[in-house]
Formats: sequence, C-alpha cells, structure tokens
Amino acid sequence: MAEPKTVPLALIRNFSIIAHIDHGKSTLADRLIQTCGGLSAREMREQVLDSMELERERGITIKAQTVRLDYTAKDGQTYRLNLIDTPGHVDFAYEVNRSLAACEGSLLVVDASQGVEAQTLANVYQALDNDHEVIPVLNKVDLPAAEPERIQQQIEDVIGLDASGALPISAKTGEGVADVLEAIVTRLPAPKGDEAAPLKALLVDSWYDAYLGVIVLVRIIDGHLKKGQKVKLMASGTSHLIERVGVFRPKQEMTGHLGPGEIGFFTAAIKQVADTRVGDTVTDDKAPCAAPLPGFKEAQPVVFCGLFPVDAAEFEDLREAMARLRLNDASFSFEMETSAALGFGFRCGFLGLLHLEIIRERLEREFDIDLITTAPSVIYKIHMTDGAEIELHNPADMPDPVKIERIEEPWIEATILVPDEHLGAVLKLCEDRRGRQQTLTYAGTRAMVVYELPLNEVVFDFYDRLKSVSRGYASFDYHIVGYEPGPLVKMSLLVNAEPVDALSIIVHRDRAEARGRAMCERLKDLIPRHLFKIPIQAALGGKVIARETIAALRKDVTAKCYGGDVTRKRKLLDKQKAGKKRMRQFGQVEIPQAAFIAALKIEEN
Amino acid sequence: MRHGGIDEERFLAAYRTELDHMAALTGPRKVASVFFGGGTPSLMAPATVAAILDQIATNWRLAGDAEITLEANPTSVEAANFAQLRQVGVNRVSLGVQALDDAALKALGRQHSAAEAKAALGVARDHFERVSIDLIYARPYQNVRRWQRELEAALELGVDHLSLYQLTIEPNTPFAALNAAGKLLVPDSESAAELFEATQAITEQAGLAAYEISNHARPGEECRHNLLYWRSGDYAGVGPGAHARLTIEGVRTHLATLRPPEAWRDQVEAEGHGLEDQHALASSEHVSEFLLMGLRLAEGIDLQRLAAIGGEIDAEGLAMMRAQGMVEIDEGWLRVSDQGRLVLNAVIAELVA
Ligand SMILES: Nc1nc2c(ncn2[C@@H]2O[C@H](COP(=O)(O)OP(=O)(O)OP(=O)(O)O)[C@@H](O)[C@H]2O)c(=O)[nH]1
Ligand SMILES: [Mg+2]
Repeated sequence: MAEPKTVPLALIRNFSIIAHIDHGKSTLADRLIQTCGGLSAREMREQVLDSMELERERGITIKAQTVRLDYTAKDGQTYRLNLIDTPGHVDFAYEVNRSLAACEGSLLVVDASQGVEAQTLANVYQALDNDHEVIPVLNKVDLPAAEPERIQQQIEDVIGLDASGALPISAKTGEGVADVLEAIVTRLPAPKGDEAAPLKALLVDSWYDAYLGVIVLVRIIDGHLKKGQKVKLMASGTSHLIERVGVFRPKQEMTGHLGPGEIGFFTAAIKQVADTRVGDTVTDDKAPCAAPLPGFKEAQPVVFCGLFPVDAAEFEDLREAMARLRLNDASFSFEMETSAALGFGFRCGFLGLLHLEIIRERLEREFDIDLITTAPSVIYKIHMTDGAEIELHNPADMPDPVKIERIEEPWIEATILVPDEHLGAVLKLCEDRRGRQQTLTYAGTRAMVVYELPLNEVVFDFYDRLKSVSRGYASFDYHIVGYEPGPLVKMSLLVNAEPVDALSIIVHRDRAEARGRAMCERLKDLIPRHLFKIPIQAALGGKVIARETIAALRKDVTAKCYGGDVTRKRKLLDKQKAGKKRMRQFGQVEIPQAAFIAALKIEEN
Repeated sequence: MRHGGIDEERFLAAYRTELDHMAALTGPRKVASVFFGGGTPSLMAPATVAAILDQIATNWRLAGDAEITLEANPTSVEAANFAQLRQVGVNRVSLGVQALDDAALKALGRQHSAAEAKAALGVARDHFERVSIDLIYARPYQNVRRWQRELEAALELGVDHLSLYQLTIEPNTPFAALNAAGKLLVPDSESAAELFEATQAITEQAGLAAYEISNHARPGEECRHNLLYWRSGDYAGVGPGAHARLTIEGVRTHLATLRPPEAWRDQVEAEGHGLEDQHALASSEHVSEFLLMGLRLAEGIDLQRLAAIGGEIDAEGLAMMRAQGMVEIDEGWLRVSDQGRLVLNAVIAELVA
C-alpha cells in the first residue's frame, strides 16, 4: 500500500451527475471513466456503474455510485475528480440528496430530444439548495430528434438557470465529453477544508459487501481518516477501529488514508448497515470535532404492504431473506404480521412502488421464495375518540369506526410536466384522484402543473396511469407535504361470503362504490372458475356495495384417454396440482397468488 | 407400418422381434385382447396380421375368447380386406366414421363420404360379430338439435358400441389456428355441456349408456381391450410410438417405443427392441394414473384396489366432492356422478392427494 499522495484542495473536484430517468447519467459516467483511464477497454461495458443484476436488467440506476478519476487538464495539472452517478427515479431521491451533500457541483444532464422533465426540476433544485455550481449538459445530440438550442432555452425558461454555458454532448459517441472534463475543472469550485482540524467527515452511504462487510462511504470535510484510527459516529454514539480505507476507481483501491475534500470508504467490523446512520458525522474518537454536521433526514418508508410466503412453510426462510436484504438497505422495513387469510407474513415499508417491486423481485429471485403481495397502503393517522392516536399501516388493523374520531391521510405535492396535447387527460386523472390543482404554467408547448394529491391515490398505479394517458410523455415528481383529515373508510372484500383481509383497502367514501365495483369485476376475471358458483362482494361495514358472481365450471373433461395418453394426462394433472399450490385457499375457494395485486389494477377510461 | 412388399416384410420381422422382447419382459401370461390401432392397420396385408397373431400366440397364451380389434377407416379400399381379416382371427372392428354429414367430414379432413361410411359399415357387419363406430361432435356450427338427429341416425345403424368424442382443438393444428382467429364457431363450454348431456340421454334411451366418458355400449359389448387401460391392467405395446404399462418383477413399469417408424424399425433390428424409454413408475404416479383412468368409467374405482397399490384419496377433497354431489361411494367403489363427469378433470384434481 503506497503512502497517500496528498493532493492540494485546489486540485480536487467533487460533483454529482443528476438528471431525469434515462437522460444518460450512467452513460456519461462511462465516458468520463473511460477518458480518464479508470478502466481498460476490456473491463468497460455500458453503464458500468450499474452493477446490480436488477439495475442491469432494468437499465436503471438504483444505488448512487462514486468513482475517483485522475484527469490531466489543459492547464497541465492533474486533478482528482470524484464523481457520483445518481439514480433518476423518484423512489431513490434520497440517494441524490445525500450525494449532493458530498459535492460542490453538479452536472445537470438533460436529454436534448426530450428536454426538462419532472426529476430534472426536482434534482436541480436540490442541487441549488446545496449551493452547488451547476453545469447544464445537453445530452444525446447524436439523436436526429435532438434540439439542443431549444432545450437550452427551455432550461432557462423552466428552471431559471443560466444555460449559456450548456455543453452539447453525446455520452454515447463521446462527442463533447472532453469539454465536460474541462468545464468540471474550470467551472466547479474546489472543496474547502482544514487539514489541521480534527477529523470531520460526512457519512454519505453504507452498504454490505460479501467480502468486506459493511462499507461506509464518507466525504472528508476536515482532517484525516487513516487505517488503524479509532473513529466515532457522533449521532449513533458508537466507536469503531478503522480497518481499511480506500477509494473506488471504480474498482476498490486501498489507500489507507483520506484527506480533506476527498470521497472514499472505510470498513470497521460494523455488523449491519442499520448501525450506520446516513448523514452522521464521523470524527476522531479521542479528538472529536466541536460540532457535528447538520446531516440530513433519513429516508422514511411511505408505502406499506404485506408480503406472505405462498407456501406457509417458507415463513422462516422469508424472515431470513428479509433480514439479509435489510443488511444492505436500511430504508426498507419489516415487521411480522398475521393475516386471517394469509397466515404469517410481514408488513413491509418501502420508499415507493418501484422500491417495493425491486425488493419483492429480489426476494423471489435471490432467495427463491414465492410471495403474495397485498394491497399497498400508506400510513394513516387515526385519532380515537378517547384521545389516542394510532398510526395505521395495514387496513386490516383498522379499529372499530365508532371509536374513531377522525382519520388523517398523507398528502403530496406532485409536479407533472406534460406536452400540451396530453394536458387534458392528465388533469382529468389528477381530478379523478381527488387532486387539487395548485399551479399551471407553460414553457412553450409544455405544461407544468402542480397538484396536491392524497398519497393513497398515487401509491398504487398513478404512475402507470399517468404514463398511459400521456402516451409516455408526462413526467412526475412528488414529495410529502403533510397530513389532512378525510372521510376514509375501510372496504372489505368477501369471496364466497368470507372476508379476505388481504384484499381490504382504505378508500375515500365517495370513491368506495366505484373501487368496490372495479375490484369485484377484476376478481371475477382473476379467480378461476370453481365447481360451484362464487359470489364476490365489496362491503363497507356490513353493507354490500358491489357484487359479482363467478359462474360454476360447466365442462372440463378430456374426451379421449387411452393407454397411449396416460403419461401425458398424468403430467397435465401434476401441473394442475402444482398450479393449485400457487393459489391460496379461502374456505373452498382458491385465489391465485397474483390476484392480490392485480385486483387493484383498475382500468380507467 | 409401411404397407406392401419388402418393406412390409422388414417391418413384420421387426414386430416379431419386439414381441419376443416383450415376452421376455413379461414372462408367461395370458393375452385377453389384441388391438391393432394407430395409423391405418386395416391396410396391412391380412397375412401380416395373421403372422403377428401367430407370434403372440407363440409367445404367450392367447385366450380362446380373446378380443381382437382392428381400427379401420370406413372406405371401400379398407372394407375390401375385411373378409380376409376375419379369417385370420380379427373379431372386432372399430370404424372411424367421425360424422354422417359430408360437409362435416370434409371439414374434419376425412377422405370418405357418409354414404361410403355406411357401405363400409355394412361390409364390416357382414364379417365381424362386433363393430364399433366413432363419431365426433361439438363440431363447429353444430347445435344440439343437429347433433341429436345425427346421433339418432347413427343409432339406427344398429351398432352395439359407439365412441362419441367431443371435438378437442389440439394446439398447433389448423383447427387451433382457425379457432384462435375466431373463424371457427366451436360450441362454448355451456353448449358443449348441453351437447354432452343430450348425448347421455339419447344413448341411454337407446340402451347404449356410457360406460366411459366417451364410450357407449350395450351391456357386455364394451371394448374389453380399452377397459383394460381404464382399469389399469397390464398391456404391452409393440410398434412405433407404442406405450405400455407392465408389471415387471412386481413393479409397474412405463415403456414407450420410438415414434418415427423407420427409426423404430432400425433400432429393433439393431437392438432387438424399439424402446426409447422404460422406467419404473413411482407409486404416486401409479396411483394418479389409477384415478385418472379409473374414474372415467361408470363403474368407478375399487377402493380396495386403490389401497392395495398404496394409494389414498385426498380426504378434504373427497369430502368436498361428495358434499357437492360430484362423486359417490357405494359398497367400496368410488364413482363420479353424472354431474361430476362433465367436470371430471377438476374433480380428479381435488381427489388426487
Ligand atoms: N443516442 C444516445 N443514447 C444515449 C446517450 N446517452 C445515453 N443514451 C441511452 O439512454 C438510455 C439511458 O441511459 P442511462 O445512462 O442508463 O441513463 P440514466 O440517466 O443513468 O438512467 P437512470 O439511472 O435509470 O436514471 C440508454 O439506453 C443509453 O444507451 C446518447 O448520448 N445518445
Ligand atoms: Mg443511471
């Protein structure tokens, strides 16, 4: 291990790459890594920083990634660049937030064929809040549909950012990337920091690595972090002996040391990610800094659902799998839940629906557990007549309505950008979802509309619907603004006269009947015909508000079955039996695993 | 089998070789029935049929009253062979009439007309004591009234055994393509159920009640060979694409031969048999087959026999099926009710443990 070469602060640049989903952040990171020789041609692949299997499969970034690069600029000096590639999806906004806190500047990537989108706005405002110098980058100029001049103007109009120095580039072909590197060293500020002061570092992120255990990513503000040093996590109040210190280039490289202005990692025999609080201040155990950094808010789960093993015998496996995932993802929470219908399972909290989907997929894929997912819910605040206040995560736990004084639900502020011609459909969708329009502004033919919406109307399929009514052209960003009371009721679903708690939802009273009808209709299609007819009902308390009936199976018999057919028919029977195992039995009715979520997907015209 | 000339001789030699192989597997047994089926066995030279029967009689003991059935298409060409086939020992013919309606026959891709079928049936009845015909119903555009008329006409032909199959759209057939394109008006499950019920009523009245889902006979005229399949008896299979179930050293065994005729023949010549698969059935597989086949029969299954092969029925499923009137138990036999027969696949899925 070479003794660290300390670099003067003036030669360090820390920056995040921020953008709307798919505008090309990770591809630009590829080019920067390549140009600076971080990886050989053989090691290079597209979006090389998206290393998780799911990231590669979905073509999205889920976790922010940090890379140190050495860049020799036109002025002849070699600069040390720390880049952080961030995710674009709204569920992972907290990743952007913490990345920004570790840097002095941002590259704002805007797809020159699509223009400014909702996460462009959300992320650039976050960058400005962090006092960042922002360099606008107009990406994908190689596309025939690219209109860099128009988009440059749009950035000024919509964001109010000076875009005169915007750089037209193609992250794909590499065109203009050299200019980006020069702009980074000439236009972004160098970090400040006091080399002689006690160690003060920001805990930016932490994750679990199969070989090294918990890896902690830090940005050094003042002082030095060294191997063998005993450090203290100020908010957690725990002390740890530093085992390894290093950087990502993007491969791990042990440096044994990090100085002011630098971004890198350490390991210290920390058992789980949950023991490290993102935003915490790392300081020297013996000579601590005077005051901790302000830190930032922890990512809080906002969407909850039940996850149950299809095969009840897999409950313990599921518990273990969840614990393993949580090692690496403290933003995901779970606690045991029992459902009359589904048996033992877990109530889980997520940052959003994509996060939910990703965790569920990882559980099913990496741990090979078939899951039943129940209706996603938000956190309701229930004020009881006796003055008590309950946080309700699960519709099944709704107390007796006569004991409820009022129910409050979370509201969000949503920003939607949409081309003019689809605005009508988007407004209708928002109105249907109980939205309250705040502002409506135009930039050319694009409308920007801000709505307040109840989160429970958004949580499930709003994003899908928005994409569908706008033919994919609308973009959406949101944040929670607070709680408001509302006339909310619990709607139960009864299948063959038995209530299925996993299908119950909390819904606005005026929307209950329509939702109930839609759910009954969906279930009618989702539950296969049985040997008897099955009534499906939606009810508020004891009152049935919607009903459908699944007719009995009328004919299902194989016409020919002789000596030569028996093997094939037996295999068909085995398949049928296996299919039954993937269903859940409610009284005499078998409900397919997928029905619990699919029942909520309601087609709206 | 390939018909005529040297080729047929070569195939015959292969049949004999494989019959020897089967005999070696089974040891001495009594053969109660022989069934020449699949393809067009009726075009085989009667001498070949005779030679095969001789070989069977040599290898095993052929029962004096053995049922020897041959499948045939109801064409004049095939009917021309009937007299000789009778002479060499065939005593039952199963004619693939399929429909008594020329347009329907054409749609089903048959070579014969309804008139030709009736003529062939006449010839068959002149020569064989026992004749069965096949019909396919629930065809496109067929309603209950039309089928009733056709079925009644078939019954007037005076046969003692009828196989009445509802048309099944098999995947990857021209029918399936047409059906998928919405160009076939196949009866929906409700109409199919009505057609099935009408079939039961008419045949019962005519004294040919169903003894199996799709097979009807006057009492005593049931196809003994097919009954053996449904009762999970032992049967050997010889020739390309033949399946067998044999108890070998006390273990129920699955055997299957190669399907392409030439490949089968070449292997028999090289190895003395055309088997591509031979493996012991797991007990659970044997039990599934026992239920799957046995519950097709009106007589049902003997619960003692089920127990004897180590099988059991899902208790909860059974209780549910009994409560719903899908099955009944009577003196140790479990049988499916009229109502249950229409949804037999679902009933069996409930019963298999
Ligand atoms: N034609 C063209 N395509 C590009 C360019 N840059 C990126 N892409 C493509 O755009 C898609 C998205 O690129 P990514 O780099 O994954 O985008 P991202 O911003 O990192 O996406 P998220 O991390 O999911 O927010 C990929 O298919 C890239 O190949 C470019 O300059 N030109
Ligand atoms: Mg990315």
